[in-house]
Parts: sequence; structure tokens; C-alpha cells
Amino acid sequence: MQTTHNVHVYGHSVNTDVIFSGKYTYTLRENSEIASHALEDIDPDFVQRVREGDVIVAGRNWGLGSSREQAVTCLKYNGIRAIIAESFSGLYFRNCINQGIHPIVCAGLREVLQTDDTLTIDHTERVILANGRRFSIPLLSPSVQAILESGGLVNMLKARFAQN
Amino acid sequence: MAKTFVEKVLARASGLAEASAGDVLDVRPDLIFSHDNTAAIRKLFEQIGAKRILHPDRVAITLDHAVPAPTTAHAQNHAEIREWVRLQNISHFFEVGRGICHQVISEEGLILPAEVIMGSDSHTTHFGWLGAFGMGVGRTEMASLWATGELWLAVPETLRVMLTGALPNGVTAKDIALRILRDLTVEGGQYRAMEFRGDTISTLSIDERPVVPNMMAEFGAISAYFPPDELLLNWLEGRAKRAFTPLYPDDDAVYAQEYALSVADLQPQVALPHQPDNVVNLADVVGTPIQQAFVGTCTGGRYEDLAMVADVVRGQTLRSRLIIIPASAQVIEQALQTGVLADLIRVGATINTPGCGPCMGNHMGVPAPNEATISTGSRNFKGRMGTTDASIYLANPYVVAASAVAGQIVHPSDINPTLTSKANTEGAHHANNA
Repeated sequence: MQTTHNVHVYGHSVNTDVIFSGKYTYTLRENSEIASHALEDIDPDFVQRVREGDVIVAGRNWGLGSSREQAVTCLKYNGIRAIIAESFSGLYFRNCINQGIHPIVCAGLREVLQTDDTLTIDHTERVILANGRRFSIPLLSPSVQAILESGGLVNMLKARFAQN
Repeated sequence: MAKTFVEKVLARASGLAEASAGDVLDVRPDLIFSHDNTAAIRKLFEQIGAKRILHPDRVAITLDHAVPAPTTAHAQNHAEIREWVRLQNISHFFEVGRGICHQVISEEGLILPAEVIMGSDSHTTHFGWLGAFGMGVGRTEMASLWATGELWLAVPETLRVMLTGALPNGVTAKDIALRILRDLTVEGGQYRAMEFRGDTISTLSIDERPVVPNMMAEFGAISAYFPPDELLLNWLEGRAKRAFTPLYPDDDAVYAQEYALSVADLQPQVALPHQPDNVVNLADVVGTPIQQAFVGTCTGGRYEDLAMVADVVRGQTLRSRLIIIPASAQVIEQALQTGVLADLIRVGATINTPGCGPCMGNHMGVPAPNEATISTGSRNFKGRMGTTDASIYLANPYVVAASAVAGQIVHPSDINPTLTSKANTEGAHHANNA
């Protein structure tokens, strides 16, 4: 299966404070409110530009800093389907999986793309096609794959608790 | 087979005889905790469909991130958390004013060497100072931990750090953390576990030790371990609520990376805006004007931090605002007993309620646009303290205090030539034992 996505391209070491500012973390509760502040300190136009099904393409160490999950959900609630980065902060990588957002480690992609370009993900072949080039998608362990396929940790546990 | 600390501690917490880096385990922590984010976690817990927290005796909740509540919305959040604590019969609840989660849980002896603690806060790496495995988790993971008592985790590889020598006067554990960030960058941790060793560790006081594992959150480490020594074990006597046996790594364990730092020649370090690894020697940034100095947070708000500040500012006139937020009520009490608190108040410092304060821009000392703050905290990302137009410098408490006096970044010896960090450390030990 292949899907095609618009991309939003960012640099290295984009931290959680600029993805979702700490000053909002204990008061904003609604998905739409959380979504409206995504990336506002480094890309104020993002929330106007983003469309359902878009993906993020970034450099090294995406999401360093806080454990705040809104740094993932603010993108998810804007319709972001996958985050592709040269590397991720460990906490952010886990938060992505637990929110059902596929974190894809992929080097070189950022150099061949600009914001508003498109890329294609071939889910069967586990490759990304962009600008005439192919980039492989790393394999995830079965336990992690199961969380993603459930749409996140909450959904997976919901199914488990419903059975009990 | 020889094992690292993290291989041993995660095997123990998973009920296994042994584990190796790369194994995916279901880890059952000895303690899990959250803070002002508890109400949001409750929402996720209810979505899961769970009714009761599986082990309420292993749950701690501390109100610390915006305390006392600065707005009605924050107050509502706190009220929902108190209700949840009652409904779920949660054993360890700490009200507004008790202190910052990492400091309070340490003081209360709720986590011990060889144990596993997970918190919905990135600075949970802090608990490595106790010879424990401390790891930050997301809100969804905390909801899952409440419901099931366990969490999936791949055993990480380990970066071993050798610290040798004793710190010079006026140089602190904060400078060790900043130097590691300078040398290895915020990408250096790569979600590896860190193991510290070397003769420096036993020269660090109880109050200084947490600074390094705490700040390894900035480094991107999953956890950071200090081997328990006599000083720590003595401190735990009377605090520890359970029996414990410290865990130590095997000498011939396999490490992914090694790094060594001789601290005897270390100079005070300063992180410039807007990233904690943008670090230079203090000498290179002397003369930078600042409008506010902030002493506090889980990184730099313990008693000795306050005592260091007092030793610099005593008898001086401040040329910048000096905001002081002790990390806990016990820290205030100690500073009251020794006279440090009076020294700080007399010179014009503002003393606020124990908690995180302005660190992530909530309240009690957020800067104006175009102002510069120098802080004992651990994060200086753009916008961290509220406005993206402010600059944040990170430094040790002596440097922060001296800069408050001068209204610009200066060397502490310019303000107090008699200053010695060693005398402070010894004084604090007496106070700790009192």
C-alpha cells in the first residue's frame, strides 16, 4: 500500500518547548486548543498550512527536552500522520508510539525536500519515495508494532480491559 | 556474564534472573509518580477503561509545577487532582508548598538504591543519585502504569562516565553537568543509560549529587546512575522505609561508549541561549548584562545552593532582581535554622513557594521581552520562561549570585574574594546531620 503526504521540513534539535510551549501544559485540555498552539514559536504559519495526512520531516534529535506528550498530540490533532527525523529524543520517540504516530528514523530525506513538497510511503516495501530517491524505513519490534496498529497505547489497553 | 547497572536493575524489576541491552522487558517499577499533569493522566486512564489504580501504595503525586495556583484554571486542575487522590486512595500525596517532586520523593525516602522509579517528568533521571533507575515517561505511559503496574521497555546500552579529581573552589556539580553537555552535546545521550564512576563522586555532598543525573535529561539519557557510597547510605538511615541492597555494575561489563572528565581543572561553565549545550567558560561571557537572577528548580534549589548564594550576596547591594525558590519546605527550614534565609531576605531577594516557579514560564518570575535571566535551572530553550524574546543563561549558584550583585555576568571571586566552595559544603553537612 502506498500513501502520499505533504511535508513540513524542520532543522536539527527542535525542542519540546518550541513544539508545544510549557506555559500551556497544565491549562489547555481540549484537542483543538492544544492543536492551535503547535510549533507557534518556530513556525507560526504551521497551523494555517497543515492539512490532514501531512508528515513532519526533521533533522537530528527531534523533540528533545520535556516529556510533555502534547508535543506529539499537538501535531496529531493537526492531522500529522508520521514524523520522520534523522534521530529522535528517546522520550519523544516513545510518546509517538504510545500516541499511534509512527516515528521514522531516516537520514538524508531532509536534504531532498522542502516544505510543501510531497513524499510517498510504501508501507508494504517499508520505503519512503521522495524526489526520485528511496529511503528505507526501520523495522519495529512486534510489541511496538502492536501498539501502533492499535492506534496507540490507550486503544490497545482499552481492548485489553474490555475483554476482562 | 558481566552486567551493567541498568541490565541488573531492569532484570530485577522484571522478575528475571538476568537481562541484556536490547531485550524488551515488561518492567514493574517500585514507585511511579506524577505532578500537576495528574488530572490529564486521569482522563487517559478513564479512556483505557480501567477503574482502579492497581497499586495505589506505589503511587506518589506532588503539586509543584504551578503552586500556589496562579489562575483559576490551574486551581481547577489542582482540585481535580485532590479529588483523584481521594477516589483512588493514593498513598503518597504532597500538597502545594511541600516541594518539587524529585526533591520531595528523595527526602521522604520513597525510592531507594537498586529500585526503579518512573515519573511523568523528564527530569526523573534525577533518582540516579540514589543508585536507583529513574526514567521519565509520557502521560499515556503513566496512565498505563496506573492500570497495569508495568511498562514495555528496551534495555538500553550504557555510556560510562569516569569523573576524577576534586572540584576547585567556586566550581560545582552544575559545572560537571554543563561540561558534559558542552563536550557531548544534547544529542550525546541517545537514550542510553549513563553510569558514573570515579573518585569525584565521593567528594560531592548530598545536595550536589542530584544535579548531575537530573541534568542528564538535557543530554538525552534515559537514566543516570551514581554508585551508592557510605555518605549516601548514612543519609538514607532513618529515611528508608524498606530494606534494600545496593546494586553495582560488574567491572568487566560491556559499554557502548566511555567518557572521562578530570574535574580538578574545571572552570565555571555557562550555557548561553538557547540550548543547554551552548556552553562556554565563564571567562568568555563576563560582562553580559542581566536583569534577573533565578535560584531554584529540581536542578539548583537545594539548601547548599541557597547557602552558596548567601555567601556571595551577604552585605552586598543587588543590581538585578534575585528570585529564590527553594526546592522544598525542608530546604526552607534548613535555611531558616542556619540563618541563610535571613541573609537572602536582608539583601533584597524574593523568596517564593517551593515548586518549579518560572522555569517553564508559568509564574513567579517570568522575564519581560528582551530581558536576560541567569538561572541555576537546567533549560534555556527559546521561550522556556514564557516569552521567546528573553535570553536565559544557565550557571552554578555562585555565578548566578555574583551576577545578581553586579547586574551582569561576573566571576564570583570579583564579589567575594574569600569565597570557598569547600567551606560551604562542610557547613551544609553539619546542618544535614543536625
